[in-house]
Amino acid sequence: MDNALVTVLIAMLGGAIRVSTPFMFVALGETLTEKSGRINLGLEGNLVLGAMVAYAVSYLSGNAWLGVLAAGGSGLFLGALHGYICKLPRVNDIAVGIAMMSFGTGLAFFFGKPFIQPTAPRLDAIPLGDWTGNPALAQALQVNPLFFVGIALAVFMFWAFRNTRWGLIVRMTGDSAASAKAMGVSVDLVRFLATAAGGFLAGIGGAFLSLYYPGSWNQGLSSGQGLMAVALVIFARWDPIKCIFAALLFGAAGALGPSLQSIGISQGYYFFNAAPYILTLIIMIISAGSKAAARDVPGELSITK
Amino acid sequence: MTAETADTAAIPAKAGPSLGLLRLAEAVSIPVGALVVSAVLFALFLLAIGKDPLQFYQLIWTGGFGSSFSIQNSLQRAAPLILTGLAFAIPARIGLTMIGGEGALVLGGFSAAAIAIPLVSSAVPPPLTLLIMALTAVVTGGLWVGFTGWLKYARGVNETIASLLMSYIAIAIMNFFVEGALRDPASANKPSTMPIGDAYRIGAIPGTDVHWGFAAGVVLALLLWVLMSRTTFGFAARMTGGNLRAARAQGLPVGWLMVVCCAIAGAAAGLAGFFEVAAIHGQANASLVAGYGFTGILVAFLARQNPLAVIPVAILFGALAAAGGVIQRRMGMPDATILVLQGMMFVVLLVSETFYGRLKIFQPKATGERT
Repeated sequence: MDNALVTVLIAMLGGAIRVSTPFMFVALGETLTEKSGRINLGLEGNLVLGAMVAYAVSYLSGNAWLGVLAAGGSGLFLGALHGYICKLPRVNDIAVGIAMMSFGTGLAFFFGKPFIQPTAPRLDAIPLGDWTGNPALAQALQVNPLFFVGIALAVFMFWAFRNTRWGLIVRMTGDSAASAKAMGVSVDLVRFLATAAGGFLAGIGGAFLSLYYPGSWNQGLSSGQGLMAVALVIFARWDPIKCIFAALLFGAAGALGPSLQSIGISQGYYFFNAAPYILTLIIMIISAGSKAAARDVPGELSITK
Repeated sequence: MTAETADTAAIPAKAGPSLGLLRLAEAVSIPVGALVVSAVLFALFLLAIGKDPLQFYQLIWTGGFGSSFSIQNSLQRAAPLILTGLAFAIPARIGLTMIGGEGALVLGGFSAAAIAIPLVSSAVPPPLTLLIMALTAVVTGGLWVGFTGWLKYARGVNETIASLLMSYIAIAIMNFFVEGALRDPASANKPSTMPIGDAYRIGAIPGTDVHWGFAAGVVLALLLWVLMSRTTFGFAARMTGGNLRAARAQGLPVGWLMVVCCAIAGAAAGLAGFFEVAAIHGQANASLVAGYGFTGILVAFLARQNPLAVIPVAILFGALAAAGGVIQRRMGMPDATILVLQGMMFVVLLVSETFYGRLKIFQPKATGERT
């Protein structure tokens, strides 16, 4: 029994590291967008389109990293479109998010059809656990470089929000559009750039899905990870560092079902598949009422109004 | 063709511009204009990938409305879209962006199929069985979305994200039972619940092949139109949607209104699930997850959240869905083609929102009042 527990824990650790990366990128992208005072609910679309584009480019060019870049580009396109539309007066950014979700998913399914069968070059992992001598642990510690890119990015964003002129401008735009205007900052431009950049990051998250884990392209690749990551930002209180921890937690929750299955508990597999959604919902219920979250929320965010 | 009707609607508005007529002309022409623009954009998209747009639109016409068979097919597919369109439109009137229609449809359909199992095996008469199934679906869907509405009211949980999460949970619940306790051992390739059997299927409207779900959708749309625009409840709900603070200040039971609107929405989507099971599939399985809930969002937006307008818009999208298969076969295009078209329509439609109140032609001519 102890042995089984260790197996599950190791599998969940590995799962947390593997599954968390797309959450991390989407959450960081959304944090950037929301810090500027706009919400983009459509990052699920960026994630799916990014996954498809990454896989297709990797297959056609033979270079997985080129695929990652292209995925970012496709996310940038959707993010820029979102940012541009939301600039128009009287347009509801929540609704645009829903539209971008369906548009991005539609484009991905449409162009992705021919790429379901072929095998594309995938991203290589860095084996960090070979020294342990424990094959299960070594397996769990196969870490993809994008995981570290995500952590580095989070640290950078954390620093940049506090210590750079750009970070200050983004935060000011998000907290009070009126003050930003008074300072001569173009609110629309800042939000447009923040939404486009956020979209770029979400696209990268998609590349991880198709090029590393699960590591292939099909239409059921993402089932709401993009959406959960958006919810996660509220939980992480718009703090890039907390986004990392929240993403790891979500990764572990997502790995619960497969981990239990690995020791032969397949009962309720479908129930455990629902675990991340239920966890997200519970977290939303808790953080929605919290005073701390209310204090940290960017003042202009329509989601909390 | 639809664009012309919009123009004719605008002409009397020019002659003697009453405010109501101008508003109606605006509310009709802007969405129709958005449809035309997205059709043109999609034609360019088709040209860019080397397909013939004319053939595409012709196939949509013949596949959706070309023959009596295709018209009935379109109406049949419009049935769940009317109901899921209402499921988005009603909470939208009170200011909530609820996108949980898909989950309520799936769970409603599943609960109807599940309750049918003991009823069918103990040979309860079909009309009673169908009634119980429908009620189960309506109550399940209503509770499911009503709960999300309650979360919004009681805890301030963002209803858009929460309702979509609830949809994923609903699908997981159905899979859990369909793959496990309630699985029909005979359903090898596609895990399903026990079929209800032909005797228990709900029939077609006499003289057609269209199942009763279409009639139910039309009736419900009419009822909800009356409720939202001709009753105190509807007025209170619309007022809450227009200005929450003012509604609170007036002492309206805002939370109760929200929960009821959401419960109505869930009931409509649950009913759609019931008809999918009782009229189309005969059992609950993954086919219930067909995206009707999501297309319903688009339907509601195009109908500008008006329950009456939901009916024609749903028929239009039913026709698109009906034509999807033909397009797939005849033009060799993937089934996601319709998704791309719908996504484009959705985006263009939202862009068109910016024109309300800004187009001179729809503004009253009287000077001095407006700028």
